[in-house]
Amino acid sequence: MISSQAYGDNGKMKEYHYSGPVEHKFSPYAFNGGTVLAVAGEDFALVASDTRLSEGYSIHSRDSPKCYKLTDTTVIGCSGFHGDCLTLTKIIEARLKMYKHSNNKSMTSGAIAAMLSTILYGRRFFPYYVYNIIGGLDEEGRGAVYSFDPVGSYQRDSYKAGGSASAMLQPLLDNQIGFKNMENVEQLPLTLEKAVQLVKDVFISAAERDVYTGDALKICIITKEGIREELVPLRKD
Amino acid sequence: MALQDVCDFLQTLDESSPCTSLPNEMGCMWRTPLEFDRDSPFHFLFPPQQNSRKHKTPTVLSSTLSCLSPHQQPFQLSHGTTTLGFIFQDGVIAAADTRASCKGLICCPISQKIMPIHSHLVVNTSGSGADCMLWERILTREMRLYQLRHRRRLSVNGAAKLLSMMLHPFKGTNVCVAATLCGWDGEETQETLRSTDVTTVSAISDESALGSEKAASVNELLKDAHALSLSDQNTKNVLSTSGGRSGPRVCYVCSDGLQLKGEIISVGSGSPYAYAVLDDGWRWGMTVDEAVGLAREAVFRATHWDAYSGNNVDLFHITAHGCRRRDREDLKEEYYREREREKEKIKEREKERQKREGDELVEGEGDIYSGHCG
Repeated sequence: MISSQAYGDNGKMKEYHYSGPVEHKFSPYAFNGGTVLAVAGEDFALVASDTRLSEGYSIHSRDSPKCYKLTDTTVIGCSGFHGDCLTLTKIIEARLKMYKHSNNKSMTSGAIAAMLSTILYGRRFFPYYVYNIIGGLDEEGRGAVYSFDPVGSYQRDSYKAGGSASAMLQPLLDNQIGFKNMENVEQLPLTLEKAVQLVKDVFISAAERDVYTGDALKICIITKEGIREELVPLRKD
Repeated sequence: MALQDVCDFLQTLDESSPCTSLPNEMGCMWRTPLEFDRDSPFHFLFPPQQNSRKHKTPTVLSSTLSCLSPHQQPFQLSHGTTTLGFIFQDGVIAAADTRASCKGLICCPISQKIMPIHSHLVVNTSGSGADCMLWERILTREMRLYQLRHRRRLSVNGAAKLLSMMLHPFKGTNVCVAATLCGWDGEETQETLRSTDVTTVSAISDESALGSEKAASVNELLKDAHALSLSDQNTKNVLSTSGGRSGPRVCYVCSDGLQLKGEIISVGSGSPYAYAVLDDGWRWGMTVDEAVGLAREAVFRATHWDAYSGNNVDLFHITAHGCRRRDREDLKEEYYREREREKEKIKEREKERQKREGDELVEGEGDIYSGHCG
């Protein structure tokens, strides 16, 4: 496969636009698109992702979801370079099994987040090109969302969008869930039904404007009863 | 950092970094950086050399750097900030904004850049977010080990030297940490220190890197440290008579290897603006309220002029008793208040001008001045 950088520094497709002599080297990274979103509520958490896998102008698959179930209370969403996503989830699952066998209990969401941070930083000088978001329930049963950057910096939020359409979705979530920049509005806590509807609306909007987002939306709903999945169709063009 | 990104400035690499030769299997061997602490649990992998130079002695760092030229990483790490720290007669103030930006996008508007290390030391971090988070954890661990082994806390200068030594193997790579250590050095007697601090400092090391939980533990520390200082009069005497070794300290450590001591230190893309305000208002004999007001004003002005700083202000005040955290303030409210004040001032000036010209109209020749009033 010709691996000239499909995603140049300044966002231009280098094959079309002449920006001076360009040296093409083998790049170990590729950008496979996709958007991931996570929302934490009082007693639930949602992790949603689209299912399109693309590269450059092609779509490799319309059925490649980006949420991976880790434990009964934790789901991780990974977007970015698909190769690194697969390897990273394999490594996390192996570490989870090791922890379970040596400590006789499953890892909590906070512990998984801390572990992922050190795994990512271990590759500080050749990073995993993955934008991770972990959603789950913490020890007290409240929803928790942990968002990461590719080298392991993380923090706990109540909502976060990552991936190709993150810049479009994050402001909308800031306004609807965080009530930012709204005056004189009653701040009701987020219910599960409202959160699911909001996530669906938000992804439909993202699919309108982002070429790498579309095809279908998979939502993983995490409550104390377990993890439930919903599949919603999106624009396929 | 932020300015570098805007100007697309690529750092030229230093080819002359010395290094002893490892068994040179060009191609597939993954190496760990040299001079690295073998006992540390962190093993950093460097990808194999791609440009093999057969004539020069291949140096691990410089050749891997040429493979890891900036365009190979298709993402940027978070940079751009304003942090400051200064000392005055009643302790140390550490302040920072809370915006973490990533080449034009704000990754996180509520990040926490000031992290407490122990009851009397706080570190202001700037540079790449993941590096700062990790090195702060490593520093906390080493400080705790030092305290357990030597039964006294490491001084701020000692902590700066320790951090600088730990960052040295990564000089030349793109690890970017610019930390300001702000704290209070004090000599304390062994017995009193051991009994209380063992419980209090362990509260910090057990917590994960979550801001709210750390703040809670800091409050606990403050209570215990306060109890410690009040309960034992001897401690107080030792603190004051330890001959210049106790007192407020501010120290800057950079991953390039720079270490600075001073009275006022500000770091980040907004630091020139913060320095302007601090230089104007700083005196050794300030009161706590004046110092807090000065720090807030400095960060506020810096966020106004610098695109990469903004959102909120975090403030910590460290004294001999420990550190105290002020509530995070949203600067949006401050801007609106400032605008209201400006409007008021303009109205006042307008009124005065009208009054003045009204008086002159009454006193002097009518026709000429009536033109001005219109």
